[in-house]
Amino acid sequence: MNDNLRSRLLKDILFKGIIGFFAFISLLPLFLILYYITKNGIAVINWDFLTSLPRPIGETGGGVFNAIIGTLMLIVLSGALSIPCGILAGIYLAENSTGKLGNSIRLCVIVLQGTPSIVIGIIAYLWIVIPLKGFSAFSGGVALAIMMLPVIIKTTEETLKLVPYHLKEASLALGVPYYRTMLKVILPSGMSGILTGILLSVARITGETAPLLFTAFGNQFMNVNIFKPIDSLPYRIFYYAMSPYPEWHSFAWGASFILVVLTLSLNLVSRGISAKWKTRF
Amino acid sequence: MENTVLTVKDFSASFGDHKILHKINLRVEKNIVAALMGPSGCGKTTLIRCVNRMHELIPGATISGKMYLLDEDIYAMQPIILRRKIGMVFQKPNPFPTMSIYENVVAGYKLNGIRMPRSEMDGIVERSLRDAALWDEVKNNLHRKGTFLSGGQQQRLCIARALAMNPEMILFDEPTSALDPKSTAQIEELFVELKKTVTMLLVTHNIAQAARVSDVTAFIYLGELIEFGPTEKMFTVPKDKRTEEYLTGKFG
Amino acid sequence: MSGGFIVVLFLGILVTLFANSVPSIRQSGIFFFAAKTWDTASGTFGALPFLAGTLITSFLALLISIPFSIAISLFLGEYYREGPISAFLRSSVEILAGIPSVIYGLWGLFLLMPVIRFVETKIGVAPQGVGILTSSLILAVMIIPFSASIGREVITLVPGDLKEAAYSLGATRFEVVKNIVVPYARSGIIAGILLALGRAIGETMAVTMLIGNSNFLPTSIFSPANTMASVIANEFAEATGITAASLIYLALVLFFVTMIVNIVGTYVIQKLSIEASREVT
Repeated sequence: MNDNLRSRLLKDILFKGIIGFFAFISLLPLFLILYYITKNGIAVINWDFLTSLPRPIGETGGGVFNAIIGTLMLIVLSGALSIPCGILAGIYLAENSTGKLGNSIRLCVIVLQGTPSIVIGIIAYLWIVIPLKGFSAFSGGVALAIMMLPVIIKTTEETLKLVPYHLKEASLALGVPYYRTMLKVILPSGMSGILTGILLSVARITGETAPLLFTAFGNQFMNVNIFKPIDSLPYRIFYYAMSPYPEWHSFAWGASFILVVLTLSLNLVSRGISAKWKTRF
Repeated sequence: MENTVLTVKDFSASFGDHKILHKINLRVEKNIVAALMGPSGCGKTTLIRCVNRMHELIPGATISGKMYLLDEDIYAMQPIILRRKIGMVFQKPNPFPTMSIYENVVAGYKLNGIRMPRSEMDGIVERSLRDAALWDEVKNNLHRKGTFLSGGQQQRLCIARALAMNPEMILFDEPTSALDPKSTAQIEELFVELKKTVTMLLVTHNIAQAARVSDVTAFIYLGELIEFGPTEKMFTVPKDKRTEEYLTGKFG
Repeated sequence: MSGGFIVVLFLGILVTLFANSVPSIRQSGIFFFAAKTWDTASGTFGALPFLAGTLITSFLALLISIPFSIAISLFLGEYYREGPISAFLRSSVEILAGIPSVIYGLWGLFLLMPVIRFVETKIGVAPQGVGILTSSLILAVMIIPFSASIGREVITLVPGDLKEAAYSLGATRFEVVKNIVVPYARSGIIAGILLALGRAIGETMAVTMLIGNSNFLPTSIFSPANTMASVIANEFAEATGITAASLIYLALVLFFVTMIVNIVGTYVIQKLSIEASREVT
């Protein structure tokens, strides 16, 4: 009996150790990635890098200014397209927790969220690029907007479901019309949750490349016309990384650093908002 | 004292800074039902959870003082050995949903990695289920999962599970508070039979139940043992004023 | 009124499905997936190489990632639910999930590929560095956060009183995990793995950068290859006519596969959460 006991206790400790070991080993890639991005990226970053345009190979210098602007523009574009739709859809789902339409929408949201980004890129290509006869920032924005929708809808629905019913009742009982109740009473109390959802979806699409490969397409030059191809940080990283020129490789690291900083800050801010501004009922 | 199963000496327990039990002293003899009663939050549940060292599973839990099972210092033993000698039945019946009735009864052996020939195991299952007054109702369904049983039957299954380990003592943490009156009565009848084989420590907030089934009762209030003695005597002529107030429903 | 927008959204998804069926023109049957030559020049399009590429990389990545993600799930869901270590691991895993795909690709290209190349020279295989093994490794790292966080959630859902009952019978922690926690959470863990699989199947950028872009059937783990997603990424931008339609056909299949995997996985998890909340009452 004593041997059995000892081996059981041993197994217990061993298992815990193995679990801890594997859990922390999986963090190794993370630290390696962050380390190399910082090491290689910071070396390249300077004011010039941030504010100038790419130069053809052979010339020294150059930067990713157009990519930065492009990414920002795409964020604004896709946000403008997806946020209103997403919030409205989320409101509908929160108000109608049962019912066939609601459930079908929820199903579609699940499907959409799991759809590979490249497939969405193809959709945007078929819907926008072909009719408009060319690559454009707009098509990229549409693709990214489709990707943002599921997250926004889900967080909006969940946040609004937490708002107590009596709040809405009180407003309606005062004779306030439905849309105003939603706009002025319900939405503001769920604002932190909704904002969190928006920021998270923005963080998600900021780093997306695949849907842009044949929509926004990338552009060597500066462009603010949304109906023309536009550059973006992820695209530029891809382009530079796959090129044979070492100088461009180091630019890729630099751009990666900027991208990672951007994505992580968005995540942090959204986390901060959800912690600090949470409305208590 | 050969007749004493559980000895508690100057025992205190806390969760971090929050002290729950203050210097409890009591002795429980063999083959009786000892009831622990008191208002909610008085520490009675914490007390029995200290007996089988479940209390210490919660981070920040500390104890001081001594407890002895027969002659062994409870807090010097290996917890997993101790818990085989002391069984526990919980407030909400909790048979393991992924196991059949048969497997549930011998779960203690299976979890501890103790192997035995099938015939021996069959014997244990039948004996335990008979002692828990459940055998006739489930003997044809031993290999079905226990979730189809009623609340009262599930609780008796949990009792069988505890009995299968042949413990010295079984701790009951408000075992009937989640059950309907009929099941409650069945289990209370069971107690009378069971105490012939095991010693039972019963936490209850139902004063009438304590009066019905227990031989001795401890009244605990705000973490202190106020009074401890033969049930009939305590209920008719309580020594402490607080006991009297509790029994007459003035609080808790 | 918001119903209007939702219907548009819903229709949009349907239209998506129909737009994708444009390649059904090309539907020279399902034999599309049995044929193994993909040659744009001669006009023959067999998708077997890509199907093989996708399946092999995804399942290999899944296998590699499973021990790590289960370890993380158990670590965070059972052993260290709160406290600084837990918070640290949890945040790190979230950051791991938030790193853009193209950056994984970049890192893999310059840091993993030389390592694999070294291994290949040691073994005596053609030292390309890219191929199925490399992309599977990166893919494994990328999908760990998904199955890990779902696994963690379902493990925390295991009712405390079941574990207590097991402890009270004298079981060690390892025995409680092995006999009570894991069986109870089993379907949820599998669902998490399923969702991770869906993610792996659709993952594009990192794979594209590390798989070597070969349209031939892979012969070994070190062969360069292509997945359905990566061949689309590589060839779609300049594809026309039948080539484009075939690529869209691939996208259609990707869409359906990920759709099914995601619906099944989400359904299982929802069922588990509903059951768990019912237990509490």
